[in-house]
Parts: sequence; C-alpha cells; structure tokens
Amino acid sequence: MRERQKLLEVKDLQTTFFTDSGEIPAVDHVDFYVREGEVLGIVGESGCGKSVTSLSIMQLVPNPPGKITGGEILFENQDLLKKTEKEMREIRGNDVAMIFQEPMTSLNPLFTIGNQIAEAISLHKKNWSKKQIKDRAIEMLRLVGLPRAEELMKEYPHQLSGGMRQRVMIAMALVCDPKVLIADEPTTALDVTIQAQILKLMRELNERMNTAILLITHDLGVVAETCERVVVMYAGQVIEEAPTQEIFENPCHPYTRGLIQSVPDMRDKKERLYSIPGNVPKPGSIKKGCRFAARCESAFSRCWEETPELYRNSDVHQTRCFLYDEQEGVTNRDEQATAKS
Amino acid sequence: MSKPLLKVEGLKKYFPIRKGLIGKTVGHVKAIDDISFYVNEGETLGIVGESGCGKSTTGRTIMRLLEPTEGVVEFEGRDLNSMSANEVRKVRRDIQMVFQDPYASLNPRHTIGKILEEPLIVHGVSNAKERREKVVEFLKIVGLSEYHAKRYPHQFSGGQRQRIGIARALMTNPKLIIADEPVSALDVSIQAQVLNLMQDLQKEFNLTYIFIAHDLGVVRHISNRVAVMYLGKIVEITESEELYANPLHPYTQALLSAVPVPDPNYKKEQIIIEGDMPSPANPPSGCAFHTRCPFKMDVCTKITPVLAEESTGHSVACHLYTQEGNDDIDRKKQLEGSV
Ligand SMILES: Nc1ncnc2c1ncn2[C@@H]1O[C@H](COP(=O)(O)OP(=O)(O)OP(=O)(O)O)[C@@H](O)[C@H]1O
Ligand SMILES: Nc1ncnc2c1ncn2[C@@H]1O[C@H](COP(=O)(O)OP(=O)(O)OP(=O)(O)O)[C@@H](O)[C@H]1O
Ligand code: SF4
Ligand code: SF4
Ligand SMILES: [Mg+2]
Ligand SMILES: [Mg+2]
Repeated sequence: MRERQKLLEVKDLQTTFFTDSGEIPAVDHVDFYVREGEVLGIVGESGCGKSVTSLSIMQLVPNPPGKITGGEILFENQDLLKKTEKEMREIRGNDVAMIFQEPMTSLNPLFTIGNQIAEAISLHKKNWSKKQIKDRAIEMLRLVGLPRAEELMKEYPHQLSGGMRQRVMIAMALVCDPKVLIADEPTTALDVTIQAQILKLMRELNERMNTAILLITHDLGVVAETCERVVVMYAGQVIEEAPTQEIFENPCHPYTRGLIQSVPDMRDKKERLYSIPGNVPKPGSIKKGCRFAARCESAFSRCWEETPELYRNSDVHQTRCFLYDEQEGVTNRDEQATAKS
Repeated sequence: MSKPLLKVEGLKKYFPIRKGLIGKTVGHVKAIDDISFYVNEGETLGIVGESGCGKSTTGRTIMRLLEPTEGVVEFEGRDLNSMSANEVRKVRRDIQMVFQDPYASLNPRHTIGKILEEPLIVHGVSNAKERREKVVEFLKIVGLSEYHAKRYPHQFSGGQRQRIGIARALMTNPKLIIADEPVSALDVSIQAQVLNLMQDLQKEFNLTYIFIAHDLGVVRHISNRVAVMYLGKIVEITESEELYANPLHPYTQALLSAVPVPDPNYKKEQIIIEGDMPSPANPPSGCAFHTRCPFKMDVCTKITPVLAEESTGHSVACHLYTQEGNDDIDRKKQLEGSV
C-alpha cells in the first residue's frame, strides 16, 4: 500500500483566551496530523481543549476573547492561518467540513431542512441550477440514511429527532465531498442506539468516500470502535499519541493508563474502579512542571520542576512524560514500574 | 434473607397535553405506564433506558415530587398513600434523592454549610451546634474538609459538587437513596471517584440505592439487579450478571450491543436497530418496541406483552416468550432459522 500523505497537519498550535481574569492558554503548543482517508481520534476530558482545537482549524474561535497566537495549520501543505477570511470561507465546507456536538444550535430553526442544505450547496456550486441543487440535497439526505428524504426537505429542524438532526448536519457537511470531516462530539448528545447508527454511518462514509475524519470525543469506547490512531489531550496539551490498538494495549502516560482503567467495563464487573485522585486542572493554572504531577502516582522530583516534552517510545508512539525521556534512562522507568507493581 | 424495602405496584404517571387558550386536555404523555418492581434492603437496583423512557419520572413519583396517576408505593411494607401527613414526613427522611446536575440543585447564594444544614432544620434538629457538627462530619465522610463549609457552590468542581449533593442526601440518615444520573455529567476520572464513594457509603450505612442512568457500563458496575425501561414500561428486569450474560428482550440485546466497548480487539456482533424512539404521547400499539424490533411478529402490533417471569428472578415483556407469541410459531421458527 502506498504511504498515505498527511492531509491536515497542526503544528505548534497555540490558542489563547484573553479574559478579565487573565490569559487562558486553551490550546498550548499542540501538534498532530491527519492522513488521507484516516480516522483520527482526539480524546480527553472536559475543558482539555478539544473543541478549541477544532474551532482553531476552522478559524471559528470567537474573537474576542480568543485568538490563535502561534503555530501553523497545514492543509495540503498550505498554511490555513495565512489565508484571508474569503479564502477560508471557500475552504470551509468545501475541503474541510465540521459538525458540532449540538446539532440544534447549528441548524436555523426558521428555515426548512431543504433550504439549509440548498444554501450549503449553492455556496460552493454557484452555477448549479435549482433542480441540480435540489436533487443533490435529496441525494445527500438519502446517503446519510434518512427516510422520506423528499418530505423532509419541507420540514423544520424542530420536527426532527436528535439523531435525524445530526444526520442532516452530516449531510450538509458532506455536500461538497470534503477531504476532511471534523466531528466534535457528534454523538455525545444522542442515545446509545442512535449513537451506534451515526458511528456506523461515519465508518461507512470513511470507507466508501475515503473521507478523512477527525473525531473528537471523551468516550474511549467510541475511539476503540472508530479510530485508527488516537491523540490524548490533557490541560491544553497532547500528552500521548499512538495507533488505537497500541494506546489500549500499551498505554504509556500515567494519565492515559488511569483513564482507561477508570471506565467501568460492561463485559466484566470489577469490584472497585480505579480512580485518578484530584481534579482536572484549568488550563493555565499550572505554571511549572508536569501538568499531571499533582494526580500522578509516578511523579518524582523532576516532574515538579521541569516541563516534559513529547518523547518517542517508538516510530508510532509518543508520550509527554519524563519516564520516557531517554536522558532519564531506562533505570528510572523500570524503578517506577517495579515500585508500582 | 433480605426483604423488600420498597415495593412499587402498577405505578402510572400521565402528564396531560393541553392545547388552546383554555388549556383543554387533548391527550396524555404516558411517562410511566404500569410499572412494578421491588428493591431489597441493602441492594442497588439499576434503572436503564434511553432519553425520555421515564426513568426520572419513576424516581420523582416514588419521592412524591410528582403525584402518581395510579398505583401503589410501599415503603417498609406500608402504603405511602394511606399514611397521614405526619407519617409521610417521617418517611421523607428515609428516602432521599441525588440529582444529575449538582449545580442546578444547590442554591448558588447559600454556603455549603447552610445547604447541608437545611435538611436537618426541616426534620427538626433544633440544636445549632449539633447541626454544625453533623455538617462537618458528613463533609469529611464524602472526602471534603471542614473549611469547605464556608464556600459557595460555584467554588467547587463538578465532582466536588456531586459529593456535596450526596452529603446533603445523607444528612437525615436515610435508608433509601434514589440517585438520578448522579455521574452522567462528570468526566470519567471523576465519575470513578464518585462511584467508589457511593459504594463505600452503601457498605458503611447499609444504604439501599435506586441508581438511574443511561450508561450500561456504570449501571452494571454498581447494581445488583437492573430494570430496563422503554417508553414508560419495564421491558426486562433481573440480576445484573444475568442481564448482561443473557439478555432476553430484543431491546435489551440491541442496547447492550450498541454500547461502545473500550477495547479495539473486542469484536462484538452489533445489532443496530433502525429508527428512533417513538413519542410517548402516541406510543405504538401492542408492544411499543415493535416499530424497531428485528423479531416483530403479527401479534406484537396487537397485544401488549406483560412483564412475566421467564426463569427464576428474570422477567421479560416480549411475545417471543408468551403463549400468544408461540401461537405465532411459524413466523418465529422462520426468524430463528434466519439468525
Ligand atoms: N469563549 C471562551 N472564553 C474563555 N475561555 C474559553 C472559551 N471557550 C473555551 N474556553 C476555555 O478553553 C478551555 C478548552 O475548552 P474546550 O471547549 O476546547 O474544551 P473541550 O475539551 O472541548 O471540553 P468539553 O469536553 O467539555 O467539550 C476550557 O478551559 C475553557 O474554559
Ligand atoms: N412535567 C412534565 N410534563 C409533561 N411531560 C413530562 C414532564 N416530565 C416528563 N415528561 C415527559 O415524560 C417522558 C419521560 O420523561 P423522563 O424525564 O422521566 O425521562 P428520562 O428517562 O428521565 O429521560 P432522560 O434520560 O432524558 O433524563 C418524556 O417524554 C417527557 O417529555
Ligand atoms: S512527567 Fe512525571 S508527573 Fe508527569 S506524568 Fe510523567 S511521571 Fe507523572
Ligand atoms: S413483543 Fe414482539 S415487537 Fe416486542 S420486543 Fe418482543 S418480539 Fe419484538
Ligand atoms: Mg468540546
Ligand atoms: Mg432523566
């Protein structure tokens, strides 16, 4: 198989909110990439910067108070941060499309479904006839598995269930065959049986149309079922990155390990759940040392003084933890491992 | 042998749908429609089901936050309906509730100390010193400290606020706690802390829980028995191990298979059911699940299956297990042959 090209590459991205109570570095030097046709997961707990990362890619961060203060966002090797707003409008919905957690907030309650899809199409297909646009809209509604597509065109968002609205959002995002679809918690507001339908749809789109997907979620189960590779975020930073299989079989960062162990497993009952002590920190609240140190069972003196980088464990696996710093030597890591077991 | 602490028989709660200027009742949302179950002392009964199936209404009706339309709720063998106002007040101390959103249920203008003291005042603990001591005691029990009593709800994280919600429920030494999605709004790492706390408290105080949630993993972890609800009815109820190993109702089977498992090597057979949950204002005839059921038979659209014991302690409401269903046998054989 041909080596797949990097389609979207986020390099050293920094997005900061300038608020009355100070600067919040919501996205703090974040790096990752999505390859052609790949499904990449970004996983992390509330407030770790997942949504701000995706809004930054689309350049939809509310400004003020938010601002992208550094880094590059390369799409097909062109830096999106250097594009004008007009050029960005072309790109959004055409090459890079996004769907949001709460479909109701992104659908206009005053317009019919048909109107809204037609508008999304006509924005990019300026010379299409009304008939062409309408046919395409119906085709898209069918593609995402909505029954009664023609009647639905005449209905309003409130007449649809949550799962149907999310399908409409996906249909709208796909009207121009985007190369990357950014999906920010697309199923979090939905029931599990509906979530299963939507995740299946996304997997099919990825397979049939080769759309690359950046799937943002806090649910490790969703990651395991849909993603090829995973980026784990904590307090505004990427703390681990590896193929999905590897993350679950060999999680390295103490936070990732804790996260995986704290999920109750439906398949067999544990007496007691593993729990990570303490709370998720607010971005910017930890000025010095590793951001996980206060909750980390393996923390040692260096963790309180210096800030860890992403260290390579292997070609495909990186971890932001001193235990994986070659300088630290294998000794320290082994000591930690023995001390733990 | 443990005995039922709470028994619910034929409980119904219908909400009127009103239309027009004078608010004429044009129909009813059958939020819960004839449900029966019991909870033994010291056990945890989980209630699962998807949004709108009536989980919260069940909890709120037992608590008498809502007046039931019909049915009996017995606590320690006594019918709540036939009690005097005074007796009901006493029982109120014994049944407490923990809510999903601890923030919405804590008064933002009151200190934590004041919030925790309130149930004691309501239940007649008049000695202020005694109340303050009790507040400190329970703050410590849920893993907070004495100085937290002076703070306000917004100064706490979500997990801490849920601990406060739990402390408040414990203040009157209740016997039964109805927890309505107590960890649904929390991050996984915090969720584990709160679940562990609830389990510890259950042992320490011999508490009985009704644990309402939509997360089947969480419910399995905490419950001894589980009731599955669909559109206002209990469709299956049994021991938690049994339910997960041997689900009988097609909806339970679909629900279990829909939960994403955090293990990329685990290949499960996915039963993806099509369509959406019907409206409880206008439920389908017969079995309410027939619009989405892969095993639907003719009888399913006509006769509502009742919850009946299929094996010891395992009840299900589905025609695959009824006489009417067996009469539809050709069709059933055909279906089994196709699986
Ligand atoms: N408009 C804003 N003003 C100030 N701070 C903001 C704003 N939007 C986001 N933030 C902060 O940026 C941080 C990252 O937020 P973000 O929405 O990316 O989190 P998330 O990982 O998507 O969380 P969730 O899982 O809850 O959606 C948070 O600490 C948040 O408080
Ligand atoms: N006060 C009310 N008036 C009218 N209808 C109501 C009222 N409370 C609940 N309902 C309806 O009753 C049904 C059951 O609601 P309930 O809140 O019990 O569901 P639930 O299982 O707790 O759902 P969720 O998982 O979303 O919390 C829903 O259709 C709901 O719209
Ligand atoms: S760097 Fe230190 S504190 Fe941070 S995760 Fe690694 S061991 Fe723990
Ligand atoms: S009664 Fe019929 S429709 Fe209902 S769950 Fe059983 S087989 Fe399916
Ligand atoms: Mg978000
Ligand atoms: Mg509810």
